[in-house]
Amino acid sequence: MVYDVVIIGSGPAGYTAALYASRAFLKTLILSGREPGGQLTTTTEVDNFPGFPKGILGPQLVTDMKAQVERFGAEIKQETVTTIDKGSPFTVTTENGSYQTRTIIVSTGASAMYLGLPSEETFRGKGVSACATCDGFFFRGKDVVVVGGGDTAMEEATFLTKFASRVTIIHRRDTFRASAIMVDRAKKDPKITILTNKVIEEIVGDTAVTGVRIKDSVTGDVTTHPAQGVFLAIGHKPSTDFLKGVIDLDPKGYVVVKRSESALEPQTETNVPGIFAAGDCVDPRYRQAIVAAGQGCMAAMDAEKYLEKH
Amino acid sequence: MDVTDQSFEQEVLKSDKPVLVDFWAVWCGPCQVQGPIVEDVAKDLGEKAKVVKLNVDENPMYAQQYGIMSIPTLMIFKNGTVAKQFIGVTSKDTLVAELTHLAN
Repeated sequence: MVYDVVIIGSGPAGYTAALYASRAFLKTLILSGREPGGQLTTTTEVDNFPGFPKGILGPQLVTDMKAQVERFGAEIKQETVTTIDKGSPFTVTTENGSYQTRTIIVSTGASAMYLGLPSEETFRGKGVSACATCDGFFFRGKDVVVVGGGDTAMEEATFLTKFASRVTIIHRRDTFRASAIMVDRAKKDPKITILTNKVIEEIVGDTAVTGVRIKDSVTGDVTTHPAQGVFLAIGHKPSTDFLKGVIDLDPKGYVVVKRSESALEPQTETNVPGIFAAGDCVDPRYRQAIVAAGQGCMAAMDAEKYLEKH
Repeated sequence: MDVTDQSFEQEVLKSDKPVLVDFWAVWCGPCQVQGPIVEDVAKDLGEKAKVVKLNVDENPMYAQQYGIMSIPTLMIFKNGTVAKQFIGVTSKDTLVAELTHLAN
């Protein structure tokens, strides 16, 4: 069997693409990947997605999107794509099998970045976390550090004060990418301390995390800061490693789409005809659920037009 | 099936079949994704293994004892000890394969 469209990823971009594709009677398969539901599943209240006057919880929003898609007959498999073969049709391979399809929509999103230290992997789930809303609970009365200088870092630090006795933000620069209001809120919080110009050299511990070894990037001093929890908030990385050599990616790994000069032409096609992309895997700038959803819609409509012609 | 700190010993540690325990909580988004997967695993395995959920918010004792600091965490117990542990959302196939292997 050959699908009309295989959608890789299951965040707002993927589900919106699936909604449009299945409503257009395209034979649609969603491969939901390693983190089904995507980044929304690690958020709490979402107040900037229109249509929910009282706000909605991120996980609920994406669960509702899935239910809506299922209503129109899109097939969903919880599998992760490993390779794509550019034949006609395309062959998309996962850990479980291969699927043939006439078009592909890449909506793999982005996932939390880690520092890349071996000790980070050792202590993952033993004090190292990239999801404060999931794991903050386990650090009641403990000392934790939040690594990063953006809005996410400030937000997570503020959230963690509900549980932890002390929260230390460790940032490698002395200026913040976070908005002034968020930095200000963190600075005013009596439970939060901010350390700047500090780089994490290693996460230390025995069976669980006991601290972080930090180096001052100005003085070169190395100290160990005691902590039982290390929350990473150093940004996100597009989940596109498996696409290297398949479609064009920019140096940071974002999928390059053609953004045709004529607004009447498809805006979501990659350098490979028949492969489209949408959402955070394309977008280093806006990174919003609503933007991803909009791009998912565009990609599905572009795929539909492409199928009419090919 | 839900287990509590009270029933954990009987249902999990003393079970004669391998038991998959899903440590979860209401406020954990990825746990909401894991829940239906675990239910599917239970359906697939039938009588071969046992699949249970433990709400760590209401039942902190065993979560603490097993050093859980991140959820969802999935643990497979065999003969009262941890045979396998997965941190983060884990696919149905991975869990079914591991449980089938341990059940034989």
